[in-house]
Amino acid sequence: MRIRLLDIAHARSGDKGDTANVGVIARREEYYPLLVKYLTAERVRAHFAGIVLGRVERFELPNLGALNFLLHEALGGGGTRSLKNDAQGKTLAGAMLRMELEIDEHVTPGENRHV
Amino acid sequence: MKDRVRIASGQGFWGDLLTAPRDQVRGGPIDYLVMDYLAEVTMSILQKQRRKDPSLGYARDLVPLMDELLPLLVEKDIRVITNGGGVNPAACRDAIFAAAARHGIRGLAIGVVAGDDILPRLPELRGAGIPLANMETGEDIAGVLEHVQSANVYFGAAPIARALREGARIVITGRTTDTGLTLAPMMHEFGWAETDWDRLAAGTVAGHILECGAQASGGNFSADWRAVPDLAHVGFPIAEAAADGGIVITKHAGTGGLVSVQTVKEQLLYEIGNPAEYITPDCIADFTTIRLDGDGADRVRVTGVRGRPPTPSYKVSMSYLDGYTAVGTLTYAWPDALEKARAADAILRQRLADLGLPFEEVRTEFVGHDSCHGPLASAPGELNEVVLRVGVRGKSFEAVERFGREIAPLILTGPPSVTGFAGGRPRPSEVIAYWPALIPRTAVSAEVTVTTT
Repeated sequence: MRIRLLDIAHARSGDKGDTANVGVIARREEYYPLLVKYLTAERVRAHFAGIVLGRVERFELPNLGALNFLLHEALGGGGTRSLKNDAQGKTLAGAMLRMELEIDEHVTPGENRHV
Repeated sequence: MKDRVRIASGQGFWGDLLTAPRDQVRGGPIDYLVMDYLAEVTMSILQKQRRKDPSLGYARDLVPLMDELLPLLVEKDIRVITNGGGVNPAACRDAIFAAAARHGIRGLAIGVVAGDDILPRLPELRGAGIPLANMETGEDIAGVLEHVQSANVYFGAAPIARALREGARIVITGRTTDTGLTLAPMMHEFGWAETDWDRLAAGTVAGHILECGAQASGGNFSADWRAVPDLAHVGFPIAEAAADGGIVITKHAGTGGLVSVQTVKEQLLYEIGNPAEYITPDCIADFTTIRLDGDGADRVRVTGVRGRPPTPSYKVSMSYLDGYTAVGTLTYAWPDALEKARAADAILRQRLADLGLPFEEVRTEFVGHDSCHGPLASAPGELNEVVLRVGVRGKSFEAVERFGREIAPLILTGPPSVTGFAGGRPRPSEVIAYWPALIPRTAVSAEVTVTTT
């Protein structure tokens, strides 16, 4: 089935120089294995084609049910050098959650977007 | 010695909610108020202010804030820790002493942590064989050395803890890690050793949760922003620390916002690199060992944090001037808003090319369509309006300034139904570029002084 990342995860992003980080957090414990399996650095790199010019690194935090991505060369030079409206990558979390994943498992997200 | 201490975040950055420190002091019991004021570019701005006036170079907002809060801080026995001293923490201390004198407060001990400013020492340090190469790109510093505006070592919690031990009620620092501001009172109150890695790591994690203010207590909350009550009166986060390194994140009763496992998770993931190696001058904290559990309404328990010894280096944050930018905007309205904005951009770019202005980059974004998500933005329907946003960057002030004169003419010489130029010509801004480097810990030492009026 095809799912939106937005329905199984939430996220926050920020900057360090020209590198953005996006933390992606499973909305439920059982969604974390899906993130690990399908939200690979390669897929994220392809998703951000034209935005992320450098490499993508992925780190796992099973204790928080979360993945952390470093998106290198993503902020137009970063800091005061960047000409981007979003020079600090604050909205890249949302850009990440636009992703759609084709998964083998069946999940019924939707009503799960609560605290 | 206390077995529990309540540390309250009062500012997540210079420019944060002005009422937050007051609300933290008045809203319930706290032992410490910690305030972070320094972003990467702040130090160079403060250096510039000090060059113009040697009595400046610190976060000036601190003085009226302390003027307002000092009597209450004294009455409630609350200590304050802040890195708002910038590049002139001693001048900041003196301004606060003056405020104390106005209130007739005597015997106030203020600690200053200095020694982080190595700008005057750069030639000497280079001469001693310390390369100060860019730690991200590996570039040699020689090419930018003459443009360096500020150079500051990040100190950790230990010098602040020393100032507290020597009786300081307020500690003003220069460049200090955000996490150190929160860890220091725990080291002081609980007598933690500077080698007690797991506890230092727990305090560091608490510091990371607090350092962006309300971003841990319901602000900027992606999981379910509609569920956050009363953000108008958002309560900033408080860390309740125990001597064994246990931490509870909470906020004052009766405030708005939300502290939940999800809000704390989002903040834990904010601006981190490798989570197993969160490096500070105090320790390396392993974020993959953190355990979070709900502990009742607006309370989250943080346990299990493991730490290990820090690296033999301090991080140095340098800034240098690297040219200029300017950004101009115009608003195009229906019909054909986006198509007209695109046409105007093409006209502008043709004129810039005809003028032969040397730019490193010209960037166009359409606010309302793609300025945030770029090529990921969905195909636009019929937009009611869109903001054309064009920015340029270059080494030449004259060229960037000349660009600023090319925006307004588009109103009478470009596509129709355009507005939004009330702000005047865009002015060039300096590019303050960032140069991170490493320095051996043995090359610098923090200078701690505690002064009492």
